[in-house]
Amino acid sequence: MFKKTILILTLAVFLCAGTALAAPKSGGTLIWGRGGDSVGLDPAYETDGNSFQVCDNLYEALVFYKDESTALEPGLAESWTISPDGKTYTFNLRKGVKFHDGTPFNADAVVFSIGRMMKERNVKFHGKGWDIPAQDRTPEYWVSMEMDDTIGAIEATGEYEVVFKLKRVEAPFLANMGMDFADIISPTAFMKNPKEFLRNPVGTGPFKFVKWVKDDQIILAKNTDYWDKAAGPYLDKVVFRSIPENSVRFLELKAGSIHACQFPNPADIELARKDPNIKLVSQPGMNIGYLSFNHTKEPWKSNLHLRKAIAHAINRKAIVDNLYQGMGQVAKNPIPPTMWGYNKQVPGFKYDVEMAKAELAKAGFPEGEGLPEITLWSMPVPRPYNPDGLKIGVAMAADLAKIGIKARVVSFEWGTYLKRQREQPEDMDLFQLGWTGDNGDPDNFLAVLFDGLASSSVRTQWHNEEYHKLILQGKQTVDQNKRAEIYKTALKLIYDEVPVISVAHSTVITPVRNEVMDFKQHPTNSQRMKNVWLK
Amino acid sequence: MLAYIIRRIFVLIPTLLGVSILVFLMLHLTPGDPAELLMGERASEEALQEIREHLGLNKPLYEQYGLFLKQLMQGDLGETIWTRQKVWIEVKQRFPATIELSIVALFISCFAGMILGIISATKQYSIFDYLSMLGALVGVSMPIFWLGLVFMLIFALNLGWLPMSGRLTVGVELETITNLYILDAIITRNWAALRDALWHIIMPAVTLSTIPTAIVARMTRSAMLEVLRQDYIKTAKAKGLSQFIVIFKHALRNALIPVVTTIGLQFGVLLGGAILTETIFAWPGVGKWMYDAVMQRDYMVIRSGTLFIATIFVLINLCVDVLYAVINPRISVK
Repeated sequence: MFKKTILILTLAVFLCAGTALAAPKSGGTLIWGRGGDSVGLDPAYETDGNSFQVCDNLYEALVFYKDESTALEPGLAESWTISPDGKTYTFNLRKGVKFHDGTPFNADAVVFSIGRMMKERNVKFHGKGWDIPAQDRTPEYWVSMEMDDTIGAIEATGEYEVVFKLKRVEAPFLANMGMDFADIISPTAFMKNPKEFLRNPVGTGPFKFVKWVKDDQIILAKNTDYWDKAAGPYLDKVVFRSIPENSVRFLELKAGSIHACQFPNPADIELARKDPNIKLVSQPGMNIGYLSFNHTKEPWKSNLHLRKAIAHAINRKAIVDNLYQGMGQVAKNPIPPTMWGYNKQVPGFKYDVEMAKAELAKAGFPEGEGLPEITLWSMPVPRPYNPDGLKIGVAMAADLAKIGIKARVVSFEWGTYLKRQREQPEDMDLFQLGWTGDNGDPDNFLAVLFDGLASSSVRTQWHNEEYHKLILQGKQTVDQNKRAEIYKTALKLIYDEVPVISVAHSTVITPVRNEVMDFKQHPTNSQRMKNVWLK
Repeated sequence: MLAYIIRRIFVLIPTLLGVSILVFLMLHLTPGDPAELLMGERASEEALQEIREHLGLNKPLYEQYGLFLKQLMQGDLGETIWTRQKVWIEVKQRFPATIELSIVALFISCFAGMILGIISATKQYSIFDYLSMLGALVGVSMPIFWLGLVFMLIFALNLGWLPMSGRLTVGVELETITNLYILDAIITRNWAALRDALWHIIMPAVTLSTIPTAIVARMTRSAMLEVLRQDYIKTAKAKGLSQFIVIFKHALRNALIPVVTTIGLQFGVLLGGAILTETIFAWPGVGKWMYDAVMQRDYMVIRSGTLFIATIFVLINLCVDVLYAVINPRISVK
């Protein structure tokens, strides 16, 4: 009996402690340390992470990505239906939502927010609507996601019902509607001063805009009227502070004057691990760093054995261990393992010098004989998927030398690199590049990066009829399970044909102070403060 | 005097024209394309073309330059490529931070540099002289980047005396009028903010002042040494004047001319080139802004920002010339 009582008491104490730990507390100011300032806060026109991470807390889209994944869930739209032909999407909107300026959220706001990005504004309002002003500049994301080729018309068919009529069946459409550019803005706030909206943002999100000191800080305050009472926000204020120097930003975290340090130097991660006041929050990045070939010229275009030889010759594990400094994982497929459609069956290329030499001999260049010196284009800037392109280039060249291939590391200023790479010049043999996913859809990797037959601006100009067909089929199939099978087949084809060598997926690690609770990294690299609270 | 100043201001026009042509040509020669950098990996040819067209980057260079001049005549510095904001507004937001930092740094370097220089000169070849001149040499050659981080480690992280970076602690409220935080705090009688702003400026200002302090110290020392050897100093000493009066009233005033020139030039350098200090201490000023613009190929910012800094530089030189006349009545400005 006594034992039983003790047991029950202990259990009760544990339970109480458990609930006490889990219950979020309201109040406090969270200071987020980052490397640079936002460019602007109008989600339709921004292209950089520092702008989007603030937008993520000010605005919301029709559909949300779930925490820590890119699976979709209802957002400002409570539900949606898709017509049998896959070309008409009807969204039923949430009622009782208000923008920070008091404007009610409704179908017209959706028509306005999305419609302003269309080249030909085929829109219909339910109420009086607005005369949408001319675009101030190109909405870059809208254009690069080819939305003008997808959306034919947007119509408000009721106070809380919007219909999107598509020009073609486009399965990733729904995922696109969860991206930042598709955030819904307050039309009245925008119309007040369209040119200044990017500095006076108004959305429906859990936080509202307060103040912006350029290159220094952006201050957001809790939206006390937030519609989702069950999910925060808990913080009174969120301050995004720009501290350009990585090591200084980390010192600020150690000193406790900021709560989180985005993108620390890899060397500082170890120090963070040892600091009792700091914990690490990590998330496999939705990205791929790859090495590809100039498929517009020989011998790369048609010599499969040569491509295989290179794939086996490069020691990707050594690169990830030493140059990604543990913040990454060797890639098997060119899409991250967290994404649906990932093909686990693909074995990946083993680092094997002998096998590489054998393939090289089969390719007609035994010990590299007959193959002139090749160029290996290496990225001049660190990107999330590639921390140090030049060092990685040197390591790759050394690996290639082991099987007898002479490679010269070449680099340019970043803008020039991107521009010349797209032209697939004669003096480019191998090139490094990569991609950070936008919407968690495999199409956003596999079509954009490798389907050279679709467009000349695809970075890897690999022309393969079978692959092209699979990608088209993927776009035109609405059922996600069927699409996953299609992408698995496409990934197997990539493994067999080696148009690209998938090098690594980087892991995003953010050190935060211990008092920061319920902070989760998102694969899209958005920083949501909605559920975060301070102990 | 007034006529002289007006004439000098008119000289600004050809100077700035020269600067603008130079900047335009250099921008044309440097590789890189803002459209590519805006779009990064995701650029499609159509999207790039649209952006270039929108920014007027596909027009021939002389046409772009003509347009720029035309805007300038109307007092318009143009709009930035990245932030889509009038350049002058961006300058207005950042320049006060740089001025504030530079003035405090200049103040420190004048004060410390001149004191060091004077003592070294009066006690030539003493241990103090050797030590301070060695210190000056070290000061000139010290990498600011390293020095800033060392200061931070010692005074902010380990001792906790000073804040690490930024202009104000998050949460300290200050109503901004001039955007010079120290001045704003005094105007609005916000003593808590004043204390906080002063605390924040100490480390970056000291870091920024190391090189000018060393230069001023060496310049003061050599100028003083020259003056101290002159006959009228001997006369003054023979008259029985105190050492203090001889040095500060008789010698220093005459030694000041080269020192003032140096200080004037240093101020110009501080205003335009505090890039490293601003970067390390997360100080939101023009140096960092211009650096980012160069990296992002924000042509509008580079063009107008360079012109702006050039104008300030020329104006400071003018001030220095006018100061000469005040210090030394033998020099007249004509």
